[in-house]
Amino acid sequence: MKSSAMRDLMAVTARPEVISLAGGLPDTSTFPPDTFAAVAQRIAAESCAKALQYGPTEGLDETKDCIAAVMGAEGMQADAEDVIVTTGGQQVIDLVAKTLIDPGDVVIAEGPTYPGAVPVFSTYQADVVQVDMDADGMRIDLLEEKLERLERDGRRPKFIYTVPSFQNPAGVTMSLPRRRRLVEVAHERELLVLEDNPYGLLRYEGEPPAPLFALDGGVYVMYLGTFSKILSPGIRLGWVVAPPPVLEKINLGKQATDLCTSTLSQLMVQAYFERGRWRDYVDSLTAVYRARRDTMLDALADHFPRQAEWTRPAGGLFIWATLPDFIDTTDLLARALRDNVAFVPGEAAFLDGRGRNSMRLNFSGCDEESIREGIRRIGEVVTEQMELYGTLTGEHEAARPTTPEEPGAEVLRMPTPEQRDRRSTGR
Amino acid sequence: MTRVAVLKGGRSLERQVSLRSGARVEDALGRLGHDVVSIDVALDLIRRLRETEPEVAFIAMHGRDGEDGTVQELLEILGVPYTGSGVLACARATDKVLAKHLMVEAGIPTPEFFAFNETAFRELGAAEALPAIEERLDFPIVVKPSSQGSALGIKFARSATDVPAALVAAFSYDSRVLLERYVDGRDLAVSILDDEPLPVVEAVPRDDEFYDFEARYEIGRTDFACPADLPDGLTEQAQDLALRTYRLLGCSGFARVDLMLGAAGELTVLEANPIPGLTETSLLPQAAEAAGMPFDELVGRILELALERAPA
Repeated sequence: MKSSAMRDLMAVTARPEVISLAGGLPDTSTFPPDTFAAVAQRIAAESCAKALQYGPTEGLDETKDCIAAVMGAEGMQADAEDVIVTTGGQQVIDLVAKTLIDPGDVVIAEGPTYPGAVPVFSTYQADVVQVDMDADGMRIDLLEEKLERLERDGRRPKFIYTVPSFQNPAGVTMSLPRRRRLVEVAHERELLVLEDNPYGLLRYEGEPPAPLFALDGGVYVMYLGTFSKILSPGIRLGWVVAPPPVLEKINLGKQATDLCTSTLSQLMVQAYFERGRWRDYVDSLTAVYRARRDTMLDALADHFPRQAEWTRPAGGLFIWATLPDFIDTTDLLARALRDNVAFVPGEAAFLDGRGRNSMRLNFSGCDEESIREGIRRIGEVVTEQMELYGTLTGEHEAARPTTPEEPGAEVLRMPTPEQRDRRSTGR
Repeated sequence: MTRVAVLKGGRSLERQVSLRSGARVEDALGRLGHDVVSIDVALDLIRRLRETEPEVAFIAMHGRDGEDGTVQELLEILGVPYTGSGVLACARATDKVLAKHLMVEAGIPTPEFFAFNETAFRELGAAEALPAIEERLDFPIVVKPSSQGSALGIKFARSATDVPAALVAAFSYDSRVLLERYVDGRDLAVSILDDEPLPVVEAVPRDDEFYDFEARYEIGRTDFACPADLPDGLTEQAQDLALRTYRLLGCSGFARVDLMLGAAGELTVLEANPIPGLTETSLLPQAAEAAGMPFDELVGRILELALERAPA
């Protein structure tokens, strides 16, 4: 995260008494311990020495078979030679950035974008240009405008970073026409796209639009996949598929970073996949998360004031809520922490100071009762601040909860903050 | 060798900074040959203190609980001597409104201010007094929570339309906030060690319009000058004001007093911090260093002062 103030606040959210809707955690308590034991037993019996040894930088062939199965489930085919197994999906963002970005280079991202990508882009000193979204994901018309403007300035983005399905943090999904257009734009302008797809299989309703990688055939689209959300984030296993010249550089970068991805983790995935039940587990997760999403949406309708708006994700882990613009969600988090509840302040998802009146809410990491209670508490402090604001301005608009009429329409409209709000003397 | 419990972390919003201060203090105490007990303050604080039986506690906590007298009170009950100021001084210094009232009464210059509880707005219609306050203080007005130690929640209102949101933000941290006249000028800090002022540190923000929370703890965001290059006599004046503030609040051991040097050369005291940061970039260690006292010696001295003060 960009701001250390927020980092300091987030440090408090980790305390056990806090209901944290801030994380992006899958619920690993749903994984059957018996299966874990059987997988470990099998590795001990059949490939103990191998599991304890270094492996090839690009990953084990056995793991790549599993990756092929996961990608196949979403209608994609990738050549095993074009795949590198990584230490989680996060490493892909880091390696791609490391490989492609020189200080000052432009990277295009959604606004809001994945908060975990923000420090990566900052580390490599990218100039991140964020493109607004609506309920159908990134506005490709705005993207093209930005690309035009950049071209006039003689600047060529190094790549476009997108989470097209159940975007983190906004929860929205890019429509198929926009996906097609994005791939066309990439081809027309010979621009690389990094498709980050951790949640594609966690769909709770509707039909999935084709991944960008499938539409493009892996020419300009680099693909980031992960086992974190369909199996376990603790095994730290992700992968990247990229065109050969980029892949070579990523390979060199990975060698320098950590030589290879954990062999033990890779063999665990292989042993797990060989049991042939991985889709069943994804289905069970989907059922659990669907119910939690519904609980959170209901709780939002019950407890958030009618001036608040939020997205209705058809999958994934997050809901993005936007409050009246006089509420700063970083300060609100400080207040909410007094009531032992946490969320991610919207500014974490922007590099330009926007998002200050929005928040990311996670519904996968807590049980339904905690979700209801957490949203109730947040709703209470939001209502309290709105009433106080009303008292201060003499506008006594009732902050009573109702469901917004046009969900998703205006939620992602991010007002540009004036410098005035940017704090503080520090004294 | 003394058994020292280093208290750090806790639930304060400055937890992270405190963990860094604490870690650094622990290293120093280790090098000085003490037996260090590291305690991240939580529900088991009393039990851990009883189990480990430290001869003295080094409080490396910032903000709520650690700096406001709460932990000091608990240590008094347990009879464990501790570093820094006592309960009353902590309570006075942490409450900026109280501290500023005391300064005004003692003739120590501090920027003009008005303070309100949330109830004043909710129940007494204090909002109607805002225009009068705004006229009196002039824009920009600094709006801050009374008790938050760091820059969290501090907002600048550049015009009347900014004031309500700034107040809402400040009330996120405390039920009492103050509106303060903004002093445009240089940011100074005078640390006091054992009733003696250390060299003046000036914090020079690099790129931000205002010296913000982020800059405060991140290496490279702010340049520090120590001793600050000040016009004739001002160093002594700043040190004198800081020492008077320190004594007024009843601080002991060490503290840091933050001042502003206005454009016209006038000094004002903003606040006193009973437990200033002890991280790599913190101002007290920098000032001690400038006075020829390396970090380990500073930590050793703070500890000695605590033991000297303790009843035999």
